[in-house]
Amino acid sequence: MHLLNRQLLFVTGKGGVGKTTVAAAIAQLAAQHGRRTLVCEMDAKGALAAAFDCSPFPYQPRQIDSNLFGMAMNTEDSLREYLKLFVRIPFVGRIGPLARTFDFVADAAPGVKEILAIGKLCYEVRERNYDLVVVDAEASGHIVSQIGAPRVISELVQVGLVREQTKWMLDILEDPERTGLITVTTPEEMPVNETIELLDRVRERTKVDLAGVVVNRVLPALFGTREMAVFDQLSTPAAQTLMTRAAGRNVTAVVDAARMNEARRRVGVGHLERLRGAVPADTPMLYIPELFTRAVGRRVVSQIVDALSDELI
Amino acid sequence: MPAASTHSGIADLLASKEMIIVCGSGGVGKTTIAASLAAEAAVRIGGRVLVLTVDPARRLANALGLQAFGNSETQIPLDAFAGAGVTPRGELWAAMLDTKAGWDELIARHAPDDVLRDTVLANPLYQNITGRFVQSHDYIAMERLHEIHASGRYDLVIIDTPPSRNALDILDAPGRMMEFFGSRLLRWLTVPYRSRLFTAASKPFYQVADRVLGSRFLQDIAEFFVLFQTMETGFVERAREVERLLSDPRTAFLVVSTLEAAPAYEAAYLAEALRERHLPLGGIVLNRTMPSALREPAAEKAATQLRKAAQTGSLAADLGSVLDADPQMVRGVLTEVADRFHDIAMVAAREAERRSELERLSPFTVAAPSLDHDINDLRSLLQLGDHLWS
Repeated sequence: MHLLNRQLLFVTGKGGVGKTTVAAAIAQLAAQHGRRTLVCEMDAKGALAAAFDCSPFPYQPRQIDSNLFGMAMNTEDSLREYLKLFVRIPFVGRIGPLARTFDFVADAAPGVKEILAIGKLCYEVRERNYDLVVVDAEASGHIVSQIGAPRVISELVQVGLVREQTKWMLDILEDPERTGLITVTTPEEMPVNETIELLDRVRERTKVDLAGVVVNRVLPALFGTREMAVFDQLSTPAAQTLMTRAAGRNVTAVVDAARMNEARRRVGVGHLERLRGAVPADTPMLYIPELFTRAVGRRVVSQIVDALSDELI
Repeated sequence: MPAASTHSGIADLLASKEMIIVCGSGGVGKTTIAASLAAEAAVRIGGRVLVLTVDPARRLANALGLQAFGNSETQIPLDAFAGAGVTPRGELWAAMLDTKAGWDELIARHAPDDVLRDTVLANPLYQNITGRFVQSHDYIAMERLHEIHASGRYDLVIIDTPPSRNALDILDAPGRMMEFFGSRLLRWLTVPYRSRLFTAASKPFYQVADRVLGSRFLQDIAEFFVLFQTMETGFVERAREVERLLSDPRTAFLVVSTLEAAPAYEAAYLAEALRERHLPLGGIVLNRTMPSALREPAAEKAATQLRKAAQTGSLAADLGSVLDADPQMVRGVLTEVADRFHDIAMVAAREAERRSELERLSPFTVAAPSLDHDINDLRSLLQLGDHLWS
């Protein structure tokens, strides 16, 4: 269970690959194994809370299950907390307008928002408030800006409190024993391309360790080689005649569906091989099968927990 | 009032608009759809058509018959069309959106003199803003669209938007740029650089900011913003024009999505957001959809019959002798095929539900099927476009 032994896991991936569900499942799995776990949603859209069938998470962590707590990141709350903890601002009430104007500078000055978010997460790790913090992080296009922010800031800011602050954050973020990045993908062309590019960028621009690559929605192989030969022959006219006689003419749609599944799967296998070639040999790759389910929320999460636990434990 | 869109389909939309902003979740094939629509428009409608993409994928360049293309606009050679067996009525051009270059051009345009321009370009904050931080991509995309449209060089520009943290960023980018220049914070930030006089109002802010950020960093910021402020008039005016472009009657948004859960959710969200902002949603393009035959009750029934025939009837044995295969193995294959159908039909049903949800939100939707081959030349790009056109 090496993966779950870390203290801070960022889960990223291209939009639509199931990043949030996988983050939820990793947190759930850790909690089930007795680790006090905090799961944090970074973009506050409520998708993570929905994965647990919960109403949107607040900034202050809320217990959602045994050993499991959920929160949603909010930069303004984080700034407020930060100022209270580290700068010891006496009048917290007066920070409201400050935080609003702060938004403008945060948009323009690099990494300020990111560092407040990352700072909060690192703080929870440093204070050992939880055994594990799982972050449903930014999508793969932005994750490097997010986890790389403390390094950027530490290069830009030469002195001051922020400079000191980035140091302990970097200690946590860049320690592979404590922190890891998990990227989620599906066996499709664009998500795999983006994952490969992301791995390069993470290596170039951050020192955060790649803890694992999760491949979601892997189509099952229907046949072995010999069965496949039989299946291929089902399209011959002789076979079609027999099958139509036995099951009606719509049987062609049934065979086509299986063929489509097989074609998609084969394309996927090619992309996965490419991915495997780009992922360091010692990085675990975890596969989650396509679930063919209509379920949403917790039921899906628990099915993914099962799949992950087969792979991990 | 939202510009009431009465467009019945893609052909109509592309023939009547001058700017199409293609948006949607990442990974849905936005870039490919944008390119295939541009190619179709050049072939079928004519005029000069430009596809402006954020995707530097070599494969797309190759599909367009180019080795690669960059920030400057490049025409797709006629040979590429000849290779696909068509003669276009118009011209197809492509360019990539380079955020860094886009910013540098903006600074060069708005800077009052060369010295100031070079100082801004060399400022470490500036380099970080343009290079590493993503929200600026959205503004640059819109800015470039404005510049190209204003030039009058093209009859139709199809722009593929950058993947956003939030699908709405692209809509809010110009407003945010104006807001930024108008903000009290910007004035505060530039105070210590211009005069060392601290007003009573800004004093607490500086005390905090100084302790948090360090005075050196604060000074860097201040310097940068003082420089930036000299360009305020130009920037704000431009941002206002860019914002107007979004609601221009010649502009339409085209949302691209697959029917998977996350992209479809994002597409619905985006369609709603456009409506709230009174921006014109032209239509929704559904990419990689599954064939409708999968949802026919008759097919479902055939799958059940097939399973039964394989298990209890003589089908396995009959097929075994025709195909010269072990009947036991044939039975296994047929059962698997029948069982798998229900899984795949379930996915198709799930997709159909999402499709009808999206149809309610859009003037029209068109669908392209899931292709079992990659798009690697103009012919396949146009084949995809043909699905959308009909």
